[in-house]
Amino acid sequence: MTPEVRITPSTDGRTAVLERPDTRQEGDLMTVNMGPQHPSTHGVLRIILTLDGETVVDAVPDIGFLHTGIEKSIQWKRYEAALTCTDRMDYLSPLSNNLGYCLAVEKLLGLEIPPRATWLRVMLVELQRIASHLVWLGTHALDLGAMTVFLYCFREREMILDLFEELTGQRMMTSYIRFGGVELEVPDGWLDRVHAFIDPFPNRVDEYERLLTKNGIWKERLTGVGVISGQEAIEWGLNGPSLRGSGVARDLRRQEPYLVYDQLKFEVPVRTEGDCYARYLVRVAELRQTREIVVQCLKNLPGGPIRSDDRKVVPPPKDELANSMEAVIHHFKLLTEGLKPPIGEVYQAIESPRGELGFYLVSDGSNRPRRCHVRAPSFANLQALPRLCRGHLVADVVAIIGSIDIVLGEIDR
Amino acid sequence: MAEMNAALTESPAEANSAVMALRAAFPDVPIRAASMYGQDWAIVPAEAIVAVARFLRDDETLRFDSLVDITASDLLPRAPRWEIVYQLTSMPRNVRFRLKVEVEDGPDPEVPSLTPVYLVANWFEREMFDLMGIRFGGHPNLRRILLPDDWQGFPLRYDHPIGGEEVGFTS
Repeated sequence: MTPEVRITPSTDGRTAVLERPDTRQEGDLMTVNMGPQHPSTHGVLRIILTLDGETVVDAVPDIGFLHTGIEKSIQWKRYEAALTCTDRMDYLSPLSNNLGYCLAVEKLLGLEIPPRATWLRVMLVELQRIASHLVWLGTHALDLGAMTVFLYCFREREMILDLFEELTGQRMMTSYIRFGGVELEVPDGWLDRVHAFIDPFPNRVDEYERLLTKNGIWKERLTGVGVISGQEAIEWGLNGPSLRGSGVARDLRRQEPYLVYDQLKFEVPVRTEGDCYARYLVRVAELRQTREIVVQCLKNLPGGPIRSDDRKVVPPPKDELANSMEAVIHHFKLLTEGLKPPIGEVYQAIESPRGELGFYLVSDGSNRPRRCHVRAPSFANLQALPRLCRGHLVADVVAIIGSIDIVLGEIDR
Repeated sequence: MAEMNAALTESPAEANSAVMALRAAFPDVPIRAASMYGQDWAIVPAEAIVAVARFLRDDETLRFDSLVDITASDLLPRAPRWEIVYQLTSMPRNVRFRLKVEVEDGPDPEVPSLTPVYLVANWFEREMFDLMGIRFGGHPNLRRILLPDDWQGFPLRYDHPIGGEEVGFTS
């Protein structure tokens, strides 16, 4: 028997409303797999959606496809070798991971780092933040059908990666930030090239914003989707820009300043709406603020050494090796035994592009970390996905995943 | 490992407001406090952890509204072998605090789940169950999260050798 269908014109007279009696019965829910090969899942994420028609009743993320046991690997490597593992977690911001790990180990060692290295570190992680946000913006827009933005964002990201390649030798797995400072001095003219990239960067952001911010389709896809209040966002463990989109002004660069963030002038963008559009606006505003930080770093970059001369931690340079017996001994000890932090434990958190990236290190006095746990910001953000998706359409799931900016590499570790 | 125990209890964080409030609120519970690199923590018995966390969250002056992380350390051959570590943050006060629970070695090390107090504990506890084999009593959905459901063993334990797995696609 066909249910009775009525067609009535809507109040504005332009569209018609299709009405039919609700014949759905209990048990009419449908289970659909989204991923793990779905391009909008940003990596290899599988979401088991329970649907009522096109409305999401429940969304259960299934993770672990990229699990490579990085914590275990780190615990079986010497401190300096383990640094290379950290690059591979959040592959969109390897320098942030390097920094978090190095700060934790340096805290264990009580190591001071020279000012030039500190400022270089800030500059690099902020450039990395721009690169990471550009990937987020490009893919988020691509998921929702705005392809041009993707091409523009990757054009600029490529410039940053070229800068990284010139400086570190690598585009992604840089391992450039080391205990006691950074690995290499900047090449001639590199700072000018950073200037050349960063000076016109606000115009580039204007370009993206012209395509999106007031775009009717973009706003309609994001406004009112995945709304979460500040209080609830804290309960669900949202952090980073996703939390700041819900009106909670928590940015570790401001709240627990590390390196030289207390000497830098920048704003922490906050929106109170708590929807996908608010999270979009927060990150775009962060692009501009991050650029300000890089400019200040370029202006204030002091001269001097780029790495600590504590020979218990940092191997001596080549010319010292040729002239000093002591340097040879230090070199031998460091390369055969590695460095040995004192017994203790430390939790060091930094503000990665995605939120609070924490390293919990336990040292038993040997040359390998007894325990290294990584608190990944995306892990906490993804946990809130079911809460954000419930009641929305399937198409909105794509928008919500994009708006919390997850990287599966650091979720699965 | 003996020196490790000594170092961990060396500089007690008695002046920490959270420690003082905990001692006042739970006079019968043995609470050990310690501090290192300016980071304070308290070691509480497993059976008290839910009440302690709820107190820290709800107390008007402490307001530890957010649980940032849960992890576990396998300190083999130390006894007690396991240490469950909770990182708390009070966003309004911008203060951090760490809670720890020590668990003896056994076939199924178990602590009560913090999910009734902090929603976000759900996945953190599942991860530690998955990789370390710590059971969280009262957890609503204690299943493996990163590894396949049919995986045998707990790879982050120290008695699980690295390279002990058969690697796929080798022949």
